[in-house]
Amino acid sequence: MDFAPGTFAFEAWQARYSLLRGIWATLSSSGLTIIAATVAGVLIGTILAYGWRPLRWLARLYVDVLRGIPVLVLILFTYYGLSLFGINVPAYWAGVIALSAFATAHIAENLRGAVQSVPAGQMEAAKAIGLRFDQRLRYVILPQAIRRMLPPWVNTGLEVVKGTTLLSVIGVVELLLSTQQIVARNYMIIDFYLFAGLLYLIINFAIAQLGAALERRFSYLRY
Amino acid sequence: MIDYNFDWTVITRNANKFLEALALGLGLAVVSLLIGCVIGLAAAYARVSGRRWLSTPIWAYVELIRCTPLLLLVFFVYFGLPEFGIYFLDKTESFILTLSLYAGAYMSEVFRAGLSSIPKQYVEAAKAIGMRPWQRQRWVVLPVMFRITLPSVGNNLISLFKDTSLAAAIAIPELTFTARQINANTFRVMEVWLAASAMYLATAYLLALGLRLLERRYATIR
Repeated sequence: MDFAPGTFAFEAWQARYSLLRGIWATLSSSGLTIIAATVAGVLIGTILAYGWRPLRWLARLYVDVLRGIPVLVLILFTYYGLSLFGINVPAYWAGVIALSAFATAHIAENLRGAVQSVPAGQMEAAKAIGLRFDQRLRYVILPQAIRRMLPPWVNTGLEVVKGTTLLSVIGVVELLLSTQQIVARNYMIIDFYLFAGLLYLIINFAIAQLGAALERRFSYLRY
Repeated sequence: MIDYNFDWTVITRNANKFLEALALGLGLAVVSLLIGCVIGLAAAYARVSGRRWLSTPIWAYVELIRCTPLLLLVFFVYFGLPEFGIYFLDKTESFILTLSLYAGAYMSEVFRAGLSSIPKQYVEAAKAIGMRPWQRQRWVVLPVMFRITLPSVGNNLISLFKDTSLAAAIAIPELTFTARQINANTFRVMEVWLAASAMYLATAYLLALGLRLLERRYATIR
């Protein structure tokens, strides 16, 4: 391959650090978001399914509002709005918070659906043998719900990775913005956008494969 | 404690701008959905045709679009097409093209599921009474598929409407862009973003409500 200035290989090699930094920002922000949203989503999803009624309404309100607003608006709102509360966070963290809030709502709703698809007899049987509420969830309901939960969970993960591109709007130099910066320097628009697209494709394909592997892992559950 | 005085006049003063922006976003979503439905229907027929040379490229198109962030596609079409000598698209047309291709990929999956869920007996019965292939599609397959897929099409419309917020990235004056601009001019952060969020939310709910009515009218198989 020709390695002279102006060729894709040369320009990509010149830009290797900003590309790597961009990939790292994309991966780390998606990872943090998925972890935070899974924890919070399981909590809110449990409230949605079993919570004390006023609490359940609050959770319902949260989920419905966040699912009705575009992620970009959420990100911009968080970015500009947090500082009013005296919380001055860098754009990166504002983005992670906004994306987590968005993904939490989706995971909570999926968990509610999965939990409620477990036959009611399971819960009654667990009650009958005297398990506490947390034990009923931990040993009876969640292991069965997880199978229904996995495909939409993986989808939410893909949405989050794709959603991190929106952080470029508030100035987080993730993969898309670093690509734009590289393009602004060498004007190789097609090459570098295609390259970024390929990288996203690889990341998302890897997540999809991981999801498929997880689904096989939990496929022993049948009901 | 926070010390913030709400001044809603910034919203009422700019109400026209907000409403125009909202209408633009809705228009973008509806137009893209319509074009996306045409693309999706063609792609779905190609996928179920059983011809490898037709279904493989369509499969690649669907997977490619679904695994790539929309914002990247928007930039690629907006900045990249002129590189191929395509100059005649302005930013709105370029965004509609992107969103239509994006919608087409998702719609093709919806329609494919719809096509494969139509009972075989319907087509056989249509054959038995002597309908031609296109008549079978026109009078039997498509009406049934329309009813089956209506809820998914509706959900796609709502999510496309939310995706029009990305048009702000290439300076199309829809709701997010307008809100951002007014926010930058006045720095009434809370009012502007609460108003924009409420408008998105209300529109999404009204759309959902309207679609539910439409479903009740059409999506029941009698």
